[in-house]
Amino acid sequence: MLHVAVEIPYWGQSLLRVLGGIAAVLLPAGTIVYLFLFKMMSFMQSRLGPMEAGPFGSMQLFAEVGKWLQKEDIIPENADERIYKMAPIIVLVSTFLLVVVVPFGPDAWFTNFSAGVFYALAIGSVSVIGILVAGWSSANKYSLLGGLRAAGQLIAYELPMVLAVVGVVIQAGSMNLQDIVVAQNTGSIFGWDGIGFPFVITQFLGFLIFMIAVQAELTQVPFDMPIAESELVSGYMTEYSGFRFLIFFIGEFATAGVFAFIASVLFLGGWGVPFAWFGWDSLDQVDNWMNIGGPLIMLTKMMVLTGIIMWVRFSYPRFREDQLQRFAWKVLIPLSLANIAVTAIVKVAI
Amino acid sequence: MTMLSERQQLSYIAAQAADARLNVELETEGMTLNIGPQHPATHGTLRIIARLDGEQVVWAEPVAGYMHRGYEKLTEVRTYPQVTALINRIDWLGSFANEVPFILAAEQLMEVEAPPRAQHIRTILFELSRIANVSLFLGDLGVQMGAVTPVFMAFRDREYVLNLIEGATGGRFHPNFDRIGGLKDDLPKGWIDETRQVMKKLRNFCDEIEDLLFGNEIFQSRTRGIGVIPAEVAKEYGLSGANLRASGVDWDLRRDQKLPLAYDKVDFRVWTHPDGDSWARCWIRLQEVREATKIVDQLIETIPAGPVMAKVPRIIKVPEGEAWVSTENPLGEMGYYVVSKGDLGPFRVKIRSASFNNISITPWVLKGVYVPDIITILASLYFILGDIDR
Amino acid sequence: MPKVPGLVKGLGVTMGTLFRTVKEGADTVQYPHAKEAPPVRARGVIALREDNCTACMLCARSCPDWCIYIEGHKQLAPPRRAGGKPRQVNHLDRFDIDYALCMYCGICVEVCPFDALFWSPEYEYSEPKIADLLHDKTKLGEWMETVPEAPELEAGAEKKK
Repeated sequence: MLHVAVEIPYWGQSLLRVLGGIAAVLLPAGTIVYLFLFKMMSFMQSRLGPMEAGPFGSMQLFAEVGKWLQKEDIIPENADERIYKMAPIIVLVSTFLLVVVVPFGPDAWFTNFSAGVFYALAIGSVSVIGILVAGWSSANKYSLLGGLRAAGQLIAYELPMVLAVVGVVIQAGSMNLQDIVVAQNTGSIFGWDGIGFPFVITQFLGFLIFMIAVQAELTQVPFDMPIAESELVSGYMTEYSGFRFLIFFIGEFATAGVFAFIASVLFLGGWGVPFAWFGWDSLDQVDNWMNIGGPLIMLTKMMVLTGIIMWVRFSYPRFREDQLQRFAWKVLIPLSLANIAVTAIVKVAI
Repeated sequence: MTMLSERQQLSYIAAQAADARLNVELETEGMTLNIGPQHPATHGTLRIIARLDGEQVVWAEPVAGYMHRGYEKLTEVRTYPQVTALINRIDWLGSFANEVPFILAAEQLMEVEAPPRAQHIRTILFELSRIANVSLFLGDLGVQMGAVTPVFMAFRDREYVLNLIEGATGGRFHPNFDRIGGLKDDLPKGWIDETRQVMKKLRNFCDEIEDLLFGNEIFQSRTRGIGVIPAEVAKEYGLSGANLRASGVDWDLRRDQKLPLAYDKVDFRVWTHPDGDSWARCWIRLQEVREATKIVDQLIETIPAGPVMAKVPRIIKVPEGEAWVSTENPLGEMGYYVVSKGDLGPFRVKIRSASFNNISITPWVLKGVYVPDIITILASLYFILGDIDR
Repeated sequence: MPKVPGLVKGLGVTMGTLFRTVKEGADTVQYPHAKEAPPVRARGVIALREDNCTACMLCARSCPDWCIYIEGHKQLAPPRRAGGKPRQVNHLDRFDIDYALCMYCGICVEVCPFDALFWSPEYEYSEPKIADLLHDKTKLGEWMETVPEAPELEAGAEKKK
């Protein structure tokens, strides 16, 4: 398997993977914040956004981080201090754990699970604990409401997300994310293999449900009741300031990036180019340059997907909590179940 | 129970006692949520005490007065020109509209009438301040429901209207342009052409907001059937303006009463909506901005020539008497009851502003709704804090 | 034509605005680098023409929040015609406006019978300390240079006598 990386010693590989993991979380987060939160949002509101720090305000994010680091670390008097301090770290760590299974190239992966999809979906809900804990330990009613809303919402949307992915798993015949990428890029549409066979074509409904669930999982508008700044001030983040808020903030956008990575792996063909272009047949034949090109392809796809996520965020108002639950249980889950049934029948029939 | 410090124990006991006092009255277990006085949804310092059962409101009460500035008392120690400058600040978004009823009341007492040109320009500025006020409401509506973009569009296009008001009066927010017997000055050259273009932009803004917000299915599901106020209840609580018209009551002071303003020279439609829910209130206001642009368009074409100031003495002394004038302000009916004893300033002024009534219906309408709906209902009722507390 | 769902329309509005901003530029102004010109009538700051002021105190008395401070004394000026009697004039010693208190109502400018006070659209005079907003007559006199000519009036207006 590691026919290219053999020259790098094991510790070197480990070090590369750790640095790569940090880059894979922080780089997308920074880019999303600058490109979408600062610039796209401003342009949609016919203004220019930050322009002073660096060329076109590109250093604004560093200025913001500097500002947050200077702020006082406020802990409410009645807060459960230890848990209160732990909560943002749980949220951020869950993002790091999530990126671990995402393959970025034939050898550019962090771990190669055979049950990668299962792991990703399971770890994806760890952040709920962090959010619930943050809401509970803040000793603030708004935080508590926000935390409870977040828990209810994330559990409700975990289910359609899992069910939407099942269709992909059935079609690929594997739960390994690397295999799913290969299956998409070696496939062909009625014998034409010009673009491979990205699952978004057959699993479009699944893709749609997955993206809606991601939107809810990330607590972005229209599913941002846990934060709901006009109702709950800032939800579970109300009492956090300075560095701890920064961690929540990074966590929010890093998770958006990572979920976009996962969506692009599951539905858009991941890091791969259609193997037929270069006459590859299987993963072993893929050229070494894909270890550099793959991450770039992934980054592009991630940017497109997060762009859509943010575009929706800046355009829509938010649901109400009960409407959101109704939407999950009465619309998304039946739809995704139907999707699974159809996929399974077609798979067996062909 | 874990070990608590003495202070924690005391605060726990105090919280329990406070809950117990409420429970005697209500006999429910729940949570008391203080929305405000510092809260992003109250755009000012309004406090709403809500007793929650889960996320459902059992009982809610608004607490006003955090911003009381004592205008009624201040007017007693100020001269008439000074009062005009002060009352600008009551409803700070539509400030020219605050001046008009007071000036009209004082003119009634003095038995002078502004010349037709002044009446015309007054009406134009009145409608411009309505647009400035309500267009911000349309943007703010989005923010209360989590949509960030409409408010920037509202600020962008409202800026044109404010520029117009500033160009004519010199003040963006606080024009202080109305005088007893007319206006301070005439319009500067080129103002009418500019107004014509701005009104086009504003109509465009209304279309944009309709596409972006009102047409959005999520917005509709958040407002339709929420916070329904039947016509009888609306009348009982003294609602006025768009809130009343949204409940199906066809009532508009611009059309229904005869005042020395130019409303009888234009034709405009008074929109009503039968539903009485949040959607109806928002929709009525959107239509109102459109109507206002049409009124301005008609008025700028027909401004009569002539002076803008009637003959009034340089030092204004209002003869003894009492007068009540109310007009249809952006928020609803706003009126001044002016009592004069023949001095330089009024003896007593009673201010009736619409927001106070709009907010007093909240205990009735908030009963049984969910926490997120508190925000949408408050947003759709539309109040300006300065207008509540004065 | 089937109705476009509102959700899609909303996305179209924001994307349309994005492209318009990219193509035509933003509606905002990058303030310290570019400035908008306020209208001629804008009430930015009150300028004082000291020669015209007679320290009559009308403005100070009519100010709603008493933010004008005037001190003056009577003195003898040389006679207008040779051989005449020396005139008695009011000399202005102090004319301060506290811009921390001023609410920009414009009553003082209006009541001034000698055309000594004017509005200027100048707005950049913020100070780090609130006490520094108390400006004296030399500072107010400097603002006289920024006072624009009164604008022409719209058609149909009656000329002032």
